[in-house]
Amino acid sequence: MKHFAREQQWADWLRAAMAGDQQAYQRFLVAVTPHLRAMARRRCDQFGAPKGEAEDVVQDVLLAIHLKRGTWDPSRPLGPWLTVVVRNKLIDSLRRRGRHVEVPIEDVAATLAEETGADTTDHMDAERLLEQLKDPQRDIVRSISLNGAGVRETAARLNMSEGAVRVTLHRALKALAAIYRSDMQ
Amino acid sequence: MKTDDLIRLMAEDAPVRFPLGRRVGLALGIGTVVAAVLLLATVGLRPNIAAALETLRVAFKVTLTLLLAVTAICLVLRVGRPDASLKPIGLCLLIPLALLILAMGLELTAVPSAEWSSRLVGVHAAFCVFCIPVLSLAPLFGLLAALKHGAPSNPGLAGASAGLAASAIAAAIYAWHCPDDSPLFVATWYGLAVCLVTATGYGVGRRMLRW
Repeated sequence: MKHFAREQQWADWLRAAMAGDQQAYQRFLVAVTPHLRAMARRRCDQFGAPKGEAEDVVQDVLLAIHLKRGTWDPSRPLGPWLTVVVRNKLIDSLRRRGRHVEVPIEDVAATLAEETGADTTDHMDAERLLEQLKDPQRDIVRSISLNGAGVRETAARLNMSEGAVRVTLHRALKALAAIYRSDMQ
Repeated sequence: MKTDDLIRLMAEDAPVRFPLGRRVGLALGIGTVVAAVLLLATVGLRPNIAAALETLRVAFKVTLTLLLAVTAICLVLRVGRPDASLKPIGLCLLIPLALLILAMGLELTAVPSAEWSSRLVGVHAAFCVFCIPVLSLAPLFGLLAALKHGAPSNPGLAGASAGLAASAIAAAIYAWHCPDDSPLFVATWYGLAVCLVTATGYGVGRRMLRW
């Protein structure tokens, strides 16, 4: 019952996010992340891989959720969609790190339903990551993620339109996903 | 990069302007119009189309290709969603196949065996195998581009579905020009053209549609 209520809540947040509600999206991502982390850690522990590597996997999976959220049909339940995306990306991400894994779909569904505490470690060095982005993208990513500025503020500072900042940000996220993909091969 | 920073970044990019369904729908719409205009602007409809549609074989050919196109479209609308179940619609693809086999059986009993080979070869076999893939280019390209934004569980299957839908649309359009009406012809040459485009879609999809 509790699990069902949470899935409803996540679905509501993601639905609102897709319609443009940033705060709802932030809530959704913050809520999902500990579950992704628990899964990634459990897998990485099996191989004796460092915790930082699990965090890379978490970010890889988050980027996949972000870039593919348009494939979720908001009139359908979120659980099955999220479970499949997370599982596929988890396997893919671990495999690229040379870890051959089986991830039973029941495990993913169960971990998404579990309670988890929040704690973070980061691994992939932010500066090294940013170096691989081209210029307006790098500036915008640095401004928003590291300095905590919003799109409007960033646009004003860089003398760009808000629309242009949004488009560049979207491309930067795609580029980041590609960097994660190539970095691990 | 800290995960919280990444989340902040993603939150600023919250809205989805083009959900997958809209992209695939758009690709189907534009692709179909381009293919239809291409046919009308080049070879055109067959001259006696109204009368021809009243004959059983032509009516069957048009209905069958249309049925295949509709079924394949239903498949391709789902194939980019990771959580979609493809089995029911996949089984529906057996309906046009079964109809075609049935029609071939009827044709073989209705036509003396001496005429079988001339019915099968028809008059425009080579053009048919050329024309259907050409007409399917626009929908195929559009569908693959749309599915690039998808998250298919099986990228090869997604590409093949795009190829099947594109070539079925092309076949349903070409049927309005095609002067060869025997189900034996349709099964052989339409079938060959559809298989070629579907295989191409599979090959491209396997490489291009991974995510």
